[in-house]
Amino acid sequence: MSVELTGAEITIRCLQEEGVQCIFGYPGGAVLFIYDELFKQDKVRHILVRHEQAALHAADGYARSSNKVGVALVTSGPGLTNAVTGIATAYMDSIPLVVISGQVPTSAIGLDAFQEVDTVGITRPCVKHNFLVKDVKDLALTIKKAFYIAASGRPGPVLVDIPKDITQHKTQFVYPDKVVMRSYNPVIKGHTRQIKKAAELILSAKRPMIYAGGGVILSDAAAQLTELTQLLNFPCTMTLMGLGGYPASDRQSLGMLGMHGTYEANMAMQYCDVLVAVGARFDDRVIGNPKHFYNENRKIVHIDIDPSSISKRVKVDVPIVGDVLDVLKELIKVLKTEKEKTDPVALKEWWKQIELWRERDCLKFDRESKIIKPQMVIEKLFHATKGDAFVTSDVGQHQMWAAQFYKFDKPRRWINSGGLGTMGFGMPAAMGVQLANPKGKVACITGEASIQMCIQELSTCKQYKLPLKIVNLNNRYMGMVRQWQEFFHGNRYAESYMDALPDFIKLAESYGHVGIRIEHPEDVEDALKEAFKLKDRLVFMDFITDQTENVFPMVPGGKGLSEMILV
Amino acid sequence: MENEAGALSRVAGLFSARGYNIESLSVAPTEDPTLSRMTLVTIGSDDVVEQVTKQLNKLIEVVKVIDLNDGNHIERELMLVKVRATESDREEIKRLTEIFRGSIIDVTDKSYTIELTGTSSKLDAFLDAVKRSAILETVRTGASGIGRGDWILKV
Ligand SMILES: Cc1cc2nc3c(=O)[nH]c(=O)nc-3n(C[C@H](O)[C@H](O)[C@H](O)COP(=O)(O)OP(=O)(O)OC[C@H]3O[C@@H](n4cnc5c(N)ncnc54)[C@H](O)[C@@H]3O)c2cc1C
Ligand SMILES: Cc1ncc(C[n+]2csc(CCOP(=O)(O)OP(=O)(O)O)c2C)c(N)n1
Ligand SMILES: [Mg+2]
Repeated sequence: MSVELTGAEITIRCLQEEGVQCIFGYPGGAVLFIYDELFKQDKVRHILVRHEQAALHAADGYARSSNKVGVALVTSGPGLTNAVTGIATAYMDSIPLVVISGQVPTSAIGLDAFQEVDTVGITRPCVKHNFLVKDVKDLALTIKKAFYIAASGRPGPVLVDIPKDITQHKTQFVYPDKVVMRSYNPVIKGHTRQIKKAAELILSAKRPMIYAGGGVILSDAAAQLTELTQLLNFPCTMTLMGLGGYPASDRQSLGMLGMHGTYEANMAMQYCDVLVAVGARFDDRVIGNPKHFYNENRKIVHIDIDPSSISKRVKVDVPIVGDVLDVLKELIKVLKTEKEKTDPVALKEWWKQIELWRERDCLKFDRESKIIKPQMVIEKLFHATKGDAFVTSDVGQHQMWAAQFYKFDKPRRWINSGGLGTMGFGMPAAMGVQLANPKGKVACITGEASIQMCIQELSTCKQYKLPLKIVNLNNRYMGMVRQWQEFFHGNRYAESYMDALPDFIKLAESYGHVGIRIEHPEDVEDALKEAFKLKDRLVFMDFITDQTENVFPMVPGGKGLSEMILV
Repeated sequence: MENEAGALSRVAGLFSARGYNIESLSVAPTEDPTLSRMTLVTIGSDDVVEQVTKQLNKLIEVVKVIDLNDGNHIERELMLVKVRATESDREEIKRLTEIFRGSIIDVTDKSYTIELTGTSSKLDAFLDAVKRSAILETVRTGASGIGRGDWILKV
């Protein structure tokens, strides 16, 4: 008979079995035995953050940039509640995470014990699934299931709540090779007949459009999306979450669509006759007013692994449930064997129209300005990093400019909170990205308001020598809020001015980092070059930017995609 | 669905979080004790019902979801009603109970307790037929449903 292990030992052994190299966490009473076991081994590296929200964002950035499951470890009560924002962020963007939370001992559950919260209840609406482990014998299988559920199908965060006494109880450790769950069997392969139907529809198109979303990134299908797009010579637009799915610098890319999408992408989306939606969920920020979207007739093919994403907000004609990677491979195969070909004359006409829209140059900005234009900073960042950086962002105008002006040619390089829009995401996510890609250049594009929501992580970056390049587009405003107030609330800037800002340079320096303030457009390029030369230092670049700049194009709330406000 | 603690609250939570309504819900373990079967009655347009079905299927503990309205089905609900039954009312209520094929399962000087099964609308009809002021207490299980004929819900 093999030796028995404690729940705490089993927890760590499971992580090792899963090949987890790095976890993010913060200790406390309920997880002390787990920390004790972490201490005794060196296979799983623990990164100590300064706030549990950051542990989640870091695990999330780690997952997004590496396609591994991110892991976070937090204590019961306040540890868990602090983590909720990060869990919800991952949930909204379908990011695979396993969150291990400590819980009060089973005998104390329900008695309002010290640091007790109903973790399973609090997190239920923002996890893919969660478990409360009530018997140490179930622990290993539960953790196995957690990893399986998190990473398969439509990914998402899974939480395992472990009461303290369970971490002390002993049992034999067997890590199952695989799990079979009768109630959970995600569909991977698309239906052959549906794929055939899709192919026929695609080939009949006169004004086609490919609309790619986060599902392309999540399923690692950028190469297949690119092959499909080029095989057909179709235009391709991407959601905020899909950027990098098709190379942005290629002619067939129309850039991002939606509320702050390009003119050409939104017009083509509105006026196409066949739309191929690939791993995208017709979000309200993407199609604008659905009634207006219906004004034009178009046939829609929708590939998604989650049936509930299909025909949720927009009715589709050819639904294909399956993994993007599998379905695209199959679709390409079918398209290649079809006798029918795309209509070159119609396509030529359509491209002519698109080029006319493109000439509108919707992303233009004043390049002669004496004040730093935020768009220019991003363009220069793109050049300084040769388009090869991992870019995380916070939430606001800077996020939109990053999406518009950094040309993402590869997947998993653009890491941001799209669904929940969580300010404070950028820097901790960048930490996770850097840990997953130790050699990679990692930039965090942020604003002076967002960065302050997790600013304490400068300390974590110091401890683990994470050489992030922080690009703070400092407009002294919650710019995105100010923009809405300017457009829709009669210029009444209620509480959107950022007063009493810290001296970010000194702040960075006080943590042992490098700080640079940049106030003139002519200094932008040098500062960026300088920063990236400092390979092993975190550099905080505080760009003093134009306070009045707005994000264009913009589809105002309630309006249709073709009703953009343009510069 | 899996007969596990918390599964029910996931279903209930899903309905409240997504703004679907629950008319009634009844659940109990099946002949296979690892499984529970739930009958849930909801009202919504076809689109809403489609989303409800998909969202329910997404819950990890849900093994299978069927819309009984897609085929012929039988639906029954159990109701226990306590009614005031004095003198002249007693006969009247007995007769009504017979008409509705219910049975009186408890009796006092002042009241009858009646057991009634049927479709939910039959139970409604019974309550409509009894004088409102005579009804002292009602308790209903919510509908349970099953397909007609040889068709069975297999997991
Ligand atoms: C300030 C702000 C402004 C924004 N403005 C815009 C904007 O202008 N334009 C824009 O596009 N977004 C914008 N967003 C983001 C927006 O809120 C949504 O997060 C985003 O549009 C959703 O992207 P998506 O449709 O690609 O779906 P995701 O959230 O990425 O969902 C992915 C979809 O793919 C499916 N999927 C997952 N894995 C697979 C797989 N393996 N195979 C098949 N399918 C899979 C999922 O089921 C899901 O349906 C903005 C956000 C913020 C915070
Ligand atoms: C946690 C959180 N609180 C509030 C908001 C609402 N919000 C969206 S953008 C924004 C302003 C962001 O300001 P800043 O970080 O300076 O970026 P800018 O828009 O100026 O580029 C706010 C408050 C949010 N998205 N997240
Ligand atoms: Mg700002």
